[in-house]
Amino acid sequence: MIEVKNLSKVFKYKDKKNQMAEKTAVDNLSLDIKAGEIFGLLGPNGSGKTTTIRMLTMLLKPTTGEIFYDGRHVDIDDKDVREVKQMFGIVPQNLNFDMDLTVRENMELHGRLYHMNRKDREERISELLKYVGVEEVINDKVRNLSGGMKRRVLIARALMHNPRILFMDEPTVALDPQVRRRIWELIRQLANKGTTVLITTHYIEEAEELCDRVAIVNHGKLLDIDTPQGFISRLGRYVVEWTEGTHKEFKLFNCREEAGQYLTQLDAPGGIRKSNLEDVFIEMTGRKEGL
Amino acid sequence: MLGDIWTVFWRDWVVLKHRMTAFILSRMVAPILYLVAFGWGLGRSIQTAAGGSYLDFLVPGIMALNSMNISFNSVIQVHAEKVYHKSIEEYLTSPIWPHAFVIGKTLAAVLRGLISSAIIICLAYAFGANFTITPLFLLVLVLNCAVFAEIGFAAAMYIKTYEHMGQVNTYALLPMSFLCGTFFSTHTLPDALRWFIELLPLTHTSYLLRGIAMNQEVSLLSVGVLLLYLVIVFVVGSKAFLKLRE
Ligand SMILES: Nc1ncnc2c1ncn2[C@@H]1O[C@H](COP(=O)(O)OP(=O)(O)O)[C@@H](O)[C@H]1O
Ligand SMILES: [Mg+2]
Repeated sequence: MIEVKNLSKVFKYKDKKNQMAEKTAVDNLSLDIKAGEIFGLLGPNGSGKTTTIRMLTMLLKPTTGEIFYDGRHVDIDDKDVREVKQMFGIVPQNLNFDMDLTVRENMELHGRLYHMNRKDREERISELLKYVGVEEVINDKVRNLSGGMKRRVLIARALMHNPRILFMDEPTVALDPQVRRRIWELIRQLANKGTTVLITTHYIEEAEELCDRVAIVNHGKLLDIDTPQGFISRLGRYVVEWTEGTHKEFKLFNCREEAGQYLTQLDAPGGIRKSNLEDVFIEMTGRKEGL
Repeated sequence: MLGDIWTVFWRDWVVLKHRMTAFILSRMVAPILYLVAFGWGLGRSIQTAAGGSYLDFLVPGIMALNSMNISFNSVIQVHAEKVYHKSIEEYLTSPIWPHAFVIGKTLAAVLRGLISSAIIICLAYAFGANFTITPLFLLVLVLNCAVFAEIGFAAAMYIKTYEHMGQVNTYALLPMSFLCGTFFSTHTLPDALRWFIELLPLTHTSYLLRGIAMNQEVSLLSVGVLLLYLVIVFVVGSKAFLKLRE
């Protein structure tokens, strides 16, 4: 469905001293995302997740590399790129509403941009706003909504034209756990019906619960791709945790006995628990920030 | 293609509808002041070279500068859509014809320019001015709005901060408002300055509008100059819009 070969993005910008500087945000990334799959991009802040999505959604020109949709090579300046864009539903990381319009008008603008007819637009607007639970603010200016409400409208807007591919860049930030679960359920339903979902997140729980496969990225580079369970069983199902001085240490083990032996050898207070994707993530990226 | 242009135009129309009264009222202030101060107050003691009243001479000039200011300032709001709200991204990722954005924004600015021109026409008649309006007069007005809308668009694409947008108003539009044959004929200016001013689009608009309003013969070369400006700024603006993706 989505195939990416050796994708890179190097930003050229003026630094604080007004000198030209370069930043490699995405570094030689290759991915192959299957139809109907929920694919997660997991990485700390600044690891290039947003830049990747921006290139895939034709918002940003790659420096090098190729993008294929349904096996077809797609370039941002192609004449028929509009057919491909029609398939995209995009939930950007940063809210990009038209602040001069109401919720309904923002949704309607979206429907018009995606060439929906009036009847479909009206049906979808009320259906989706009801689903995400914000129908009472339909005629409010978007700028007056709370952060969580804006996010929900953002998701509803992306789904309006029944996109075949859904790009979600940290979609559940600032949502309370209840709403988050509801959004997850929605994403699962969509994937079951054949929608392909590419989701970035720094919530490990989200990746573990939701994603069929996860790509772990750091500094713009792909570290590894696997299913959440695959990662866990490869790197160790059990964790020994102990305290050394003031900070916590941990080590992954594949069977409980080994973990137990290790713990008894340790001359420190500690315990054993089942490992999760977070442990894998820290083990692989060596960093905890951005979690 | 036309549908996409309409979508972009529709958005600006919705925003304009929300604030129509405020828009019209605020647009009346400057032209009323010009008409009162220069046409009515000062103008009664001025004899123009052609012997007519200064008010009649002034009205086409005010229409030229006003339509320039309105359309330019209508489109520079795109700057906020680009920098602060990022709502421009919705257009960039959507499956619309890429030039529909520039054209739709321009047409919306032309509409605003025409609404405020209509207000001035009414005010000018109320002040007792005499002038003729022909289809060519309206065409020139539309062209003037479109040229300055697209200059505003290109500026909004290239300029990084809102303060710099203000500087474009102060250092480019304000001098043009006064010097481009709006309040007085460019013939009185020193040659070097006159040559420079005659390269500017607003000079041609003033010349055309005044000539038509006073039933004089006008050179269509000036219409050609405006069209040339229109094409050039369209290309510059469109390029800058697509360059946002780099
Ligand atoms: N327009 C830009 N100019 C310069 N650097 C940028 C630009 N956009 C992103 N970056 C840099 O690229 C890196 C990756 O950013 P991003 O893709 O937003 O990461 P993530 O979404 O994983 O947090 C960061 O170091 C960021 O500062
Ligand atoms: Mg990001």
